[in-house]
Amino acid sequence: MLAFFKSPLFWIALVVVVAAATLPWYVSGYILGLLTVAYYFGVFAMSWDLLFGFAGEVNFGPTFLIGVGAYTAGIINNQYGLSVYLCIFLGALASVIAGFVLALPALRVRGPYFGLTTLVAVLMLQNFVVVFADLTGGEIGLTIPDVISIDAGVNYWIALGFMTISAAILFGLSRSPVGLVLQASGQDPVQAGALGFNIVKHKLAAFIVSAFFSGLSGALLVFYFGTASVGTVVDVAVGVQVIVAAVLGGRRTVLGAALGAIFLIVAGEFLRPTGELATFIVSAVALVVILFFPGGFLGSVLSREASQ
Amino acid sequence: MLGLQILIDGFAVSALYALGATGFTLIFGVSGVLNLSHGAIMVAAAVAAWAAASVFHLDSYTGALVGVAVAAVVSLATYFVVVQPIQRSRKIPNEEKEIFVLTATLLWGIMIQELIAYFFTNNAKTVLPIVEGVVSIVGVRTPKNEIFTAIVCCVVIGLLWFLVNRTRTGKVVLAASMNPRGVTILGFELTNIYIIVWAIYGVLAGIAGVLLGMFLGVSSYSVGPLTASAFSIVVLGGLGSVSGSLIAALVVGYLETFTAYMISPAYRTIPALLLLVIVMYVRPQGLLGRR
Repeated sequence: MLAFFKSPLFWIALVVVVAAATLPWYVSGYILGLLTVAYYFGVFAMSWDLLFGFAGEVNFGPTFLIGVGAYTAGIINNQYGLSVYLCIFLGALASVIAGFVLALPALRVRGPYFGLTTLVAVLMLQNFVVVFADLTGGEIGLTIPDVISIDAGVNYWIALGFMTISAAILFGLSRSPVGLVLQASGQDPVQAGALGFNIVKHKLAAFIVSAFFSGLSGALLVFYFGTASVGTVVDVAVGVQVIVAAVLGGRRTVLGAALGAIFLIVAGEFLRPTGELATFIVSAVALVVILFFPGGFLGSVLSREASQ
Repeated sequence: MLGLQILIDGFAVSALYALGATGFTLIFGVSGVLNLSHGAIMVAAAVAAWAAASVFHLDSYTGALVGVAVAAVVSLATYFVVVQPIQRSRKIPNEEKEIFVLTATLLWGIMIQELIAYFFTNNAKTVLPIVEGVVSIVGVRTPKNEIFTAIVCCVVIGLLWFLVNRTRTGKVVLAASMNPRGVTILGFELTNIYIIVWAIYGVLAGIAGVLLGMFLGVSSYSVGPLTASAFSIVVLGGLGSVSGSLIAALVVGYLETFTAYMISPAYRTIPALLLLVIVMYVRPQGLLGRR
C-alpha cells in the first residue's frame, strides 16, 4: 500500500484532481455543467468496468442499476418529500437490492446469457416506468422538487469529489487481493474454484459494489438534473454509452473508464456544430479504437505499471 | 371473429420475426458472432427500398431488390470491416473476442443508424407494397400485403432449409457450425464459408427489412427494438438453433398480437419479456438450445 503512494500514478492522479478542482474559478458555468455530468458518467463506467474487466461478467444493463437508484431516489423525494441526502442513500440501497436480485439467478448462467438477462432487466424497467406513469412520470419524466444545489461550482465540486472517492475505492478494490481473486475467477472460473476461492460469493460482492456506486451516481445525477427520465438514466442507448466509455478508456483499468466517459461526453459536445453527425463521429472513433487499440487509452500505460 | 383476426395477424407478425431471427441465429451458429447491428441492416434495407421507389421513382419490385442488395452489401461490409479484424486480431485475447464483437457491431449499427438519420431523416417510412388491396377471409378484412408477407417469409425459410440441408454448400456450412476445425482439415477455406453465411444472412435480413417496411413501416428509431426482438427470439429458442428460433418467433409473435388486441397495445412487449426472463431462469439454454 505504501508503495502505491510513491508510484507516479498516485501523483499524476493527485495533480489532475487538484487541477480539476480549481476549474470553477476560471471556467464558464456551461463547461462546469458538462463536466459535472461527465463525472457522474465516469462513475457509471468505472462500476461497469469492475464487473466486466475483473469479474469477467458482461453486464449489458448498467442502466438497470443506475435507473433503479435514480428513480427510487426521485420518487421518494417526489412522493414523501424526504431530504435529498436520505433519498440518495435510499436510492443507492434500492440499487444494491436490485443488483442482488438480478445477480443471484443471473450468475448461474454464463456468457451471452448473462448479458441478455441484464439487457432484459433494462427493457422491463423501461416498460415499468412507462406503464406506471402516475408514479414515475412516464415518458415525460419525473419532476424532482429538490436539488442538491443551484450553484454550478458546488455541483461541480460534489461531482468531482464523488468521482474521486469512488475511483479511489474501486481502484483500490481492483488492486486488492479481492480484485485479484475476481480477475482470476473471470478468466478461469474452474481453476480459481479449484484453488479454494468461492467464485459466486466474490462475483456477487462485485455486483453489489458495482450496483451501489451505479445507484448512488444515478441518484446524484437526477438531483443535479432536477428530473429523471427514461432517456437520461434507463434507455439502452445510455447503457451502450457507459460500455463504450469503459472499453474506450481501457478495460480492466477502472481509471481509464472514467477518462473514456469524460472523453465521450466532452467530444459529443464539441462535435455539436456537426449536428446529427456527432453521434456518428463519436461511434466511428470508438470503433477505430476498439479495432486497432483494443487496450484503450490507459490499457498499455497501466498494464506496464502493474507489471513493475 | 376477433380470435380469427388474432390468428391471422399473429401469423404474419410471427413469420416476419422468424425471418429476421433466422439469419441472426445462422450467423451465431456458424461463426459464434452475435451481430448487434442486425436492426440497422434491416432498416437500411427498408430505407433503401423506400428511397429507390420514392426518390428515384423505380417500381416497387426493383425497389425491393435494391433493398435486399443493399442489405447484402452492408452485411458483407460488417463482416470485413468489423468482425474479421477482431477475429484475426492478436492484441485481443480469445476469451474477450465475444464482448469485442458485441461492442463493435453495436457501434457499427449506431453508425449505420446515424447515417440513415442524416441522409433520410428520422421520419417513419413506409415502403410501397408490392401487392395492394384488401381481401376478406371469413369476414376478417385482411390486407393482401399481409398475406404476401406471410407467404414470402414461409417460402424464404423453406428455401433456406433446402439450401442448408440439401445442397453441397449448405452441408459445408452446417459442418462448419458443428466443427470448424474438421471442415478446415477437409480442405475448405473457413473464410469463404463465413462470406457465404454473411451473404445469406444479408439477403434474409434484407427481405425481412423490406417486408417490415411494407407491413409496418420503419424509421431509424426502429434499429434498437429490432435488434432486441431478434436477440430475444433467438435466445428464447436457443442460440444457434434455427428450429428453436422458428418456434420462439411464433410464441413471441402470437403473444404480442394477443396482448395488443386483448389488453392494450401499450403493453405489447411485456408478456414476451416476462416469458423470456422465466425461460432464462428455468432453462438458460433456451427452448431447443444445447449447452
